[in-house]
Amino acid sequence: MNIEVQEQPPRTHYLNATYGLKSWLLTKDHKRIALLYLASVTFFFALGGLFAVAIRVELLTPQGDMMQAETYNRVFTMHGVAMVFFFLIPAIPATLGNFLVPLMIGAKDLAFPKLNLLSWYIYNVGALLTLIAIVTGGVDTGWTFYTPYSTTYSNGNVLLSGVGIFITGFSSILTGLNFIVTIHTMRAPGLTWFRLPLFIWAHYAASLIMILGTPVVAITILLLAAERIAHVGIFDPALGGDPVLFQHLFWFYSHPAVYIMVLPAMGVISELIANMTRKNIFGYRFVAFSSLAIAVFGFLVWGHHMFVSTQSVYAGLVFSFLSYAVAVPSAVKVFNWTATLYKSSISYNTPMLYGFGFIGFFIIGGMTGLFLAALGVDVHVHDTYFVVAHFHYIMVGGTIMGYLGGLHFWWPKITGRMYPEGWARFAALVIFVGFNLTFFPQFLLGYMGMPRRYYAYPEEFQVLNVMSSAGASILGIGYVIPLIYFAWSMRYGPRASANPWGAFGLEWRTSSPPPPENFKETPIVTWEAYEFRPRHEAEVIDITRH
Amino acid sequence: MQTVPFAPEQASSFAADVDALYGFLWALTIVIGTALTLLILYFAVKYRRRIEDEIPRPVRASHRLEAVWVGVPFVVAMGIFAWSADIYYRMYRPPAEAIDVYVVAKQWMWKFQHLDGHREINELHVPVGRKVKLTMTTEDVIHSLFVPAFRVKMDVVPGKYSTLWFEPTKAGRYHLFCAEYCGTSHSGMIGWIDVMEAPEYQAWLRGAAAGASLAAAGEQLFQQLACNTCHKSDGTGRGPSIQGVFGKPVQLGNGQKVDADEAYVRESITNPKAKVVSGYEAIMPTFQGQVSEEQLLQLIAYIRSLASVQGTTLQGGTAPAGQQTK
Repeated sequence: MNIEVQEQPPRTHYLNATYGLKSWLLTKDHKRIALLYLASVTFFFALGGLFAVAIRVELLTPQGDMMQAETYNRVFTMHGVAMVFFFLIPAIPATLGNFLVPLMIGAKDLAFPKLNLLSWYIYNVGALLTLIAIVTGGVDTGWTFYTPYSTTYSNGNVLLSGVGIFITGFSSILTGLNFIVTIHTMRAPGLTWFRLPLFIWAHYAASLIMILGTPVVAITILLLAAERIAHVGIFDPALGGDPVLFQHLFWFYSHPAVYIMVLPAMGVISELIANMTRKNIFGYRFVAFSSLAIAVFGFLVWGHHMFVSTQSVYAGLVFSFLSYAVAVPSAVKVFNWTATLYKSSISYNTPMLYGFGFIGFFIIGGMTGLFLAALGVDVHVHDTYFVVAHFHYIMVGGTIMGYLGGLHFWWPKITGRMYPEGWARFAALVIFVGFNLTFFPQFLLGYMGMPRRYYAYPEEFQVLNVMSSAGASILGIGYVIPLIYFAWSMRYGPRASANPWGAFGLEWRTSSPPPPENFKETPIVTWEAYEFRPRHEAEVIDITRH
Repeated sequence: MQTVPFAPEQASSFAADVDALYGFLWALTIVIGTALTLLILYFAVKYRRRIEDEIPRPVRASHRLEAVWVGVPFVVAMGIFAWSADIYYRMYRPPAEAIDVYVVAKQWMWKFQHLDGHREINELHVPVGRKVKLTMTTEDVIHSLFVPAFRVKMDVVPGKYSTLWFEPTKAGRYHLFCAEYCGTSHSGMIGWIDVMEAPEYQAWLRGAAAGASLAAAGEQLFQQLACNTCHKSDGTGRGPSIQGVFGKPVQLGNGQKVDADEAYVRESITNPKAKVVSGYEAIMPTFQGQVSEEQLLQLIAYIRSLASVQGTTLQGGTAPAGQQTK
């Protein structure tokens, strides 16, 4: 493998090539924009996290005693809004994706650098409006905004937060557009589709969803606004409308949205596993196609959020069937990642630990999805803590593990510094333990009958709630530790070489941090994906002939 | 049938079936999860990096293996689908013979109305071993009636009726929750289902004060709102007679045939032009906003009480043209 082993870190790179606030706020460099996004999403992660703390502290006791019911309703709504729209959806694509997509394909930048910067500003405008909505009283409809509560009965800042989310949606659309065009048109010579890193395939699939799905939630918010302002009647049965229509429109985006959150994380995991095991991902093409399959099938299953919504039993049957179909490509990924470990060379560095953690959490999160897709069981567990546990296993156990694993893996590339490995492994362990303690009891609470969005509950649910809250405090510590050492490392961390991991991929063939133009010379790709050992040099193992 | 751990009591005829599938799914999860975890741990230890710059040999892809782990999960998934669909389908087909209870939800309480006039708030008394069918709606936002011990749940949506049925199998007092977020006191919109043995239930029926039966209240309302001026019992009015109609098919003017159930009657009152009986003109005014959900249920109960009365034929009802409507 030809790696340029760089002895000295570069003098000039994208971080110090130009100075001053304007050089950052008006940058067109995708790497700087990625860092701008990193700041924004970290802020919202912290905000959403504070709301989570409030929820878990209130739920320590069966009575509603820490805050009023109205306040609690606003707190859980804003936890969901902040986390879903302002953290989980942009986190990996807008930080790691923005930083890495051009580097991984050997390009100087994305196809539309100015649109990229615009997307960050659009995100911030929407974020600001939503923040104003939060501090001037908040919203209490749940992040799902079901009608007619949201259109006619809620006293909160429904319109303001709706407008904020509407605007930020365009940030997502622009990012997706940029990625798709870039991946199609700006790959380096020799970089054919099946030589692409799986991170690129995953972001391509997620970008398809961003472009096709986000406009639907935008329209849905507009309809919600029209109903709330002008009482048009589209969701009001007294005027011939249908409140359940809102649910169809909302979930038509919001289900694919969860794949926007998880596909990029899966892309990260593929990179972590391939590079930490120094092998091509087993079944590369299957993993690549599974990302596309998930993106497509993901648009066909929205009704599995509505099995008891008064939608017809036949609609329920169809959506359940399709939901099982969409589970298969996800399972395929897990099996292929596991098979990659066979006869590989596994390093236990922090990125790999996050990779293992992801797989563990995703097995539980994914299998419990099967419970929810099972119609007869879903009738019982719908709208209970079982659902809350399931989606946190995927979004926190999945997406956030992917995000943190990716941050650790590419940190030396992004900053030119290494984080402290000992603390990082410790934090990963704390997160793993804290997460399971927080969310596993919630599966049990849900089956026992504890509904979602309850701020007071019957006594018999207390023990599990206390366990969950205890876990949350541990999890919180686990998230704070990296915040501290990442910041510390930017000044005091040991300087990193171009390829400290011995990893594959074009991003590792330029300096750490990269120069503003990414590559001194456009690379020419003559190798296959993750071809750590050139094929003609090695005898290839045939797994089926043992 | 043993219960699974961390589950509510099994108190309905559905509970054991749902728990069985749930238990199977956990077993599957534990088996697959453990197998994968052990395999990963085994690989993680066996293939750990021993020399810093070692590079393993590539491993050829295997389409056969891919086919296996696409095909087997798919088949297993289809099995789970079929098993759960069967339970769901049964939950969605209320039996013909059931005790009917009408439910009106509102922020933040559950109002139960037995046909015989017993009204309950946040509590429902039912006899063990008898099928019960709830016909439900809401006065304001979407709520959801959830009884964990019965393993049943159904949203209540404004403007329509939804139904939920169960057969309690064990006497006791079971939690009732609202399971769809509905505002300030969502977690306070809770209550109890009291399942009683037959003698206790009879005693309760006698003891609890009952108002006029729903049907009697409905009959009064029918007169008060002057429905009887058009819907004459001899079929000579501008509107069809309501005797002997409920529960039977109705021929509409557009050629369709629909069943005259609760939803049909409710719609005919609130949106009369939607389904007009064949042979009659679309001249009935709407009562949307003039009758509450509870009053609608009373009218339905009244019309229902006339279901077995021999009605005059609905064809050829005289509908004088040009008559002034109210």
